[in-house]
Amino acid sequence: MNVIETEDLSFVYGKGTPFEKVANDKLNIQIKQGEFIGIIGHTGSGKSTLVQMLNGLIKPTSGVVRLNGVDIWQVPKEIRKVRFNVGLVFQYPEYQLFEETVAKDIAFGPKNMGLDDEEIKRRINTSARFTGLKPELLSKSPFDLSGGEKRRAAIAGVIAMDPDVLILDEPTAGLDPAGRDVLLAQISQYHKERKNTVLLVSHSMEDIAKIADRILVMNNGRAAMFDETQKIFSRGDELEKMGLRVPQITKIMSMLRDRGYSLPSGVLTVEQAANELQVLLDKQ
Amino acid sequence: MLKDVTLGQFLPGNSPVHRLDPRAKILFLIAVIVYIFITSNYFSLAVVGVFIILIMLLTGISVKLYLKSIKMILFIVLFTGIINLFYGRGEPLVQFGFLTITEAGINNAIFVAVRIALLIIASSVLTFTTSPTDLTDAIERLLKPLTIFHVKVHEIAMMMTIALRFVPTLLEETDKIMSAQKARGADMESGGLAKRVKAIVPVLIPLFVSAFRRAYELATAMECRCYQGGTGRTRMKSLHFGRVDFVSLLVCLIILAGVILCNVFLPAAVR
Ligand SMILES: Nc1ncnc2c1ncn2[C@@H]1O[C@H](COP(=O)(O)OP(=O)(O)O)[C@@H](O)[C@H]1O
Ligand SMILES: [Mg+2]
Repeated sequence: MNVIETEDLSFVYGKGTPFEKVANDKLNIQIKQGEFIGIIGHTGSGKSTLVQMLNGLIKPTSGVVRLNGVDIWQVPKEIRKVRFNVGLVFQYPEYQLFEETVAKDIAFGPKNMGLDDEEIKRRINTSARFTGLKPELLSKSPFDLSGGEKRRAAIAGVIAMDPDVLILDEPTAGLDPAGRDVLLAQISQYHKERKNTVLLVSHSMEDIAKIADRILVMNNGRAAMFDETQKIFSRGDELEKMGLRVPQITKIMSMLRDRGYSLPSGVLTVEQAANELQVLLDKQ
Repeated sequence: MLKDVTLGQFLPGNSPVHRLDPRAKILFLIAVIVYIFITSNYFSLAVVGVFIILIMLLTGISVKLYLKSIKMILFIVLFTGIINLFYGRGEPLVQFGFLTITEAGINNAIFVAVRIALLIIASSVLTFTTSPTDLTDAIERLLKPLTIFHVKVHEIAMMMTIALRFVPTLLEETDKIMSAQKARGADMESGGLAKRVKAIVPVLIPLFVSAFRRAYELATAMECRCYQGGTGRTRMKSLHFGRVDFVSLLVCLIILAGVILCNVFLPAAVR
């Protein structure tokens, strides 16, 4: 069953002005329930535009987005329901915090859904746990948190709506490497526990390589590739032509392969590479 | 959405109008505004109208964008037009109760509506074809004589530059924050006044926070580059009064002559 499906989905910014810009061009994508999808592409390739169409924040210029088989714009008045089902965490989400306390800010989404206080409380706690927000932070003002904590609070605010599909637009942008790894691990953990669909947008291959089942590669508003992670990474040359850097280890392994060593393509992690090299050395 | 605001937007291009000296453009705009208001009959109004429309076409910018600017204040145009309709003296043509429409009233209404529309087009020509920095530069230069009276011309111009510079940034930011709150189910399109005002809070607070943050950052950045106000500052781009400017000055004077001749030799339609 496809949770999300698009048909010839296109979006044009500033239609009819000299600034007209085709941001998405005829995308046809199918995403199954429970998948972890990575979306990569250089800056300006149309990733953010795509994810905003997926949760009904912007209306396609042409084409259709289907959520569980139903066109999300079939009843425009019901679009808020779509937004509750497809949770979107914007890039730099910390700038959307506004409430007096972190807990109240996380409750904003669930409150808009019309949930009762009991349920809202439960959701604040679970989403804080998923994002690693310490309980004592919940009663603080969001403006007193550190940058990383603000980011977590904002992500918790979307997770608290318990969406079937969670989309994160560059959640690690501007974080330090340690903070980045922790956040990615938490997202991955959330996906394993909740068993829902997650779409992770990033322009960093390393981020995505470790956790995504499948990867959508965007280039100039088009879907250049959409395939399993390994297969995508075995096409390193094409990726580099699109201005995307494959992980260093993948590159080293493919260079060794080019020199005639019998190694598999699309190696993603250092451990995997070490294993493969060990096998090769043992053979010799 | 907010991006659709065309009033005051700069649209880069390479038309003769774009190339005019910004100081000249400001003075021409003032001149044209005077022309619009000294017209007293349909002939002189037509002269000014045709002139403005020709300049509008000369900018090479889609007419649709000008219409959009007018559309934004269409209400004001219609409102003042209709009010004026009932304010004429003389023989009533039509009468509903205490409201009378006279020939003078009709003329007034048409004149007011056309004048406002022409004003909008003329000022749009200026803002569409002049970058905000050029514009404030020009204003600074034109107001320079006021420094004699201890008016802080440079500071005023700098504030205008910064304000203009941040209008698109803040609009974009507002759009983004609105989207982010909508993604959390904020409902900004429906409900009564009270509900809508309440719905703005989640947008306004983050917007203010970030506006202040930007202001502090900008102030620091300016200080780091030793900004100390206007005294002794030189300019990267100096303005030149060139041939195009003289030609347009000539055209402007011819139009002025046309308007005055029409006004003097043909019967007046409005006072
Ligand atoms: N609000 C907007 N108005 C006009 N153009 C936009 C807007 N947002 C994005 N674009 C343009 O659309 C293209 C795709 O942008 P975006 O979807 O943000 O890409 P990405 O998220 O991959 O960096 C870019 O060329 C960008 O300049
Ligand atoms: Mg983006």
